[in-house]
Amino acid sequence: MMARASAGGLVAAVLLVVLAGALGFALQPYGIYLLSLWAVYTIAAIGLNLTLGFAGQMSLAQAAFVGIGAYCTALLDARGIPFPATLAIAVLLTFGVGWCVGYPALRVQGHYLAFVTLGLTTLVYLVMRNETWLTGGIGGVSNIARPWPFAHNLAYLHLCLAALLAVAAAMWWMLRSPWGRAFVALRENPVRAMSLGVDVRRYTLLAFAIGAALGGIAGAFYAPLVQYIEPSPFALGFSINLLMMVVIGGAGYFLGPFLGALVAVLLPEWLRFLQDEYLIIYAVAVILLLLFCPTGLLGLAERALARGRARGTAKAAAPVAAP
Amino acid sequence: MFWDNLDLLISGLATGATYALVATGFTLLWQTSSTVNFAQGDFVTLPAFAIIALHAAGLPLPLAMLGGLVAALIVLGAGFKLALVDPMLRHGMLPLAIAAIALGVAVQEGSKAVFGAEAFAFPGVPGGFDLGPLFINWQDMVTIAAAVVAVIALQLFLSRTRTGRCMQATAQNPSVAQILGIPVRRMIMLTFLLNAALVTLAAILISPTTLVKFDNGSSIGLAAFCAAIIGGFNQVRGAIAGGLLLGVVENFAATYGPDQYRAAVPMVLLIGFILFRPQGLLGRATERAV
Repeated sequence: MMARASAGGLVAAVLLVVLAGALGFALQPYGIYLLSLWAVYTIAAIGLNLTLGFAGQMSLAQAAFVGIGAYCTALLDARGIPFPATLAIAVLLTFGVGWCVGYPALRVQGHYLAFVTLGLTTLVYLVMRNETWLTGGIGGVSNIARPWPFAHNLAYLHLCLAALLAVAAAMWWMLRSPWGRAFVALRENPVRAMSLGVDVRRYTLLAFAIGAALGGIAGAFYAPLVQYIEPSPFALGFSINLLMMVVIGGAGYFLGPFLGALVAVLLPEWLRFLQDEYLIIYAVAVILLLLFCPTGLLGLAERALARGRARGTAKAAAPVAAP
Repeated sequence: MFWDNLDLLISGLATGATYALVATGFTLLWQTSSTVNFAQGDFVTLPAFAIIALHAAGLPLPLAMLGGLVAALIVLGAGFKLALVDPMLRHGMLPLAIAAIALGVAVQEGSKAVFGAEAFAFPGVPGGFDLGPLFINWQDMVTIAAAVVAVIALQLFLSRTRTGRCMQATAQNPSVAQILGIPVRRMIMLTFLLNAALVTLAAILISPTTLVKFDNGSSIGLAAFCAAIIGGFNQVRGAIAGGLLLGVVENFAATYGPDQYRAAVPMVLLIGFILFRPQGLLGRATERAV
């Protein structure tokens, strides 16, 4: 399997972001909001993709990390701390929490991380809901300011997209560095990677903690976007949703999170007439996709492309083979 | 004080016994076919709804329970294995685990669409009796007794019958079992049917206390995962010990601890175990393969 962080991937990501930025000029405020949300979701999903797609670990805590980042930004903003500083603190905090949670779980067996992160999401949600003195409880935190000069919707969209671009570029660079190749190696064949001197546990833990920090970045941009946060968006349901985004796009594909987040943002809008039945159909669709193509939409596209190419070469070869 | 605590212990054991049943099924699936069934909690809700629906349609309760069991064997046992696990397992553990999560979402949302968001009463055993200063619910006694009988029967089946031993062999090493001529595929199917029966029994025992609601599965599932890990994940006895311990601790924590954090108890216990005794209550420390 290829590293899946080719130059084409980065170019496509840049094109997507520029297109979204240009589209913002033509859209109503709600459309601009959806695009900004897409950028934020994509950042969180890129982080989860590192954990799931490259390190091969299932995390159900990404919503908790987004929540920690969002609350961190909102609460520090209320105390007058400027946005760049709150962003940095959110990143450090989520990285630290990710490291502390991942360390004991990864010490044991692979699938333990799934359970520990499932529990973490529950725990973080309970703290957000119950510790009213800190988080405002179910009342949440309101009047979160956007950093100057990005107060306007369109300007804030462009800020989110710039952040997405920076995250994507950093991830692309990381995946191509020897460091990132170690990630791929340990996903493809952990035993062999280990025999070649890759410290599997440390790399897995690092992947998880970096993924958590990207969740924190997403949260830091989410809070000023919606300007009002409360606990319920950061419950287990959102963790599952983020996991689905990664899987739908294609776990382990550089562009997977971009596509998966797009589906997760747009599909509920298009299928609004389904109302309560939407989630059933979404879940069943994900199961069917996993059944028939566990590598997601990009895997499906790659397969179709490969088949087309194979047919092309077969045709080209046919006259030679014919008597 | 002493009697209050004894009271808490008994009702905790009753809850823990149902956790143990669910955790046992979960462990069996993991052992025989590396299926981490994230929908296990929702597997408990489905038979409960089926029984309520059949009972409401006019069937007497025992027949409705039998109908629920048959439905569970077909849908949650054979159907789950044939439609989801078999085709997905060749892609590895991860896609299957994620598909199970999606299945859980589909089950919860589906039952909400059909039955609504309210909690349904489930027929149980009413009343109780006095034992000195203690009032004991019949429901708790029946739950503990039924779970004990089920667990003993399961242990006898696994260790004394030929089929049970074949199942154990399959769980320990499928490829060697295959070479020895054990019909591995049939044994795996049997595990899924056993799991369906266990969750149905758990549904019947726990539903009178928890009522039946579309999202009950989340907390039961989390409790069962934790019970399985606390017990040592790789053995049925461990799952039972873990379930009982969790049920009791949860009950005491709910009484003496802050009520808002009741849902956090399994999580805290889980992290404590992973930190200090990762092999679980009854497990032996195993070397990591990777």
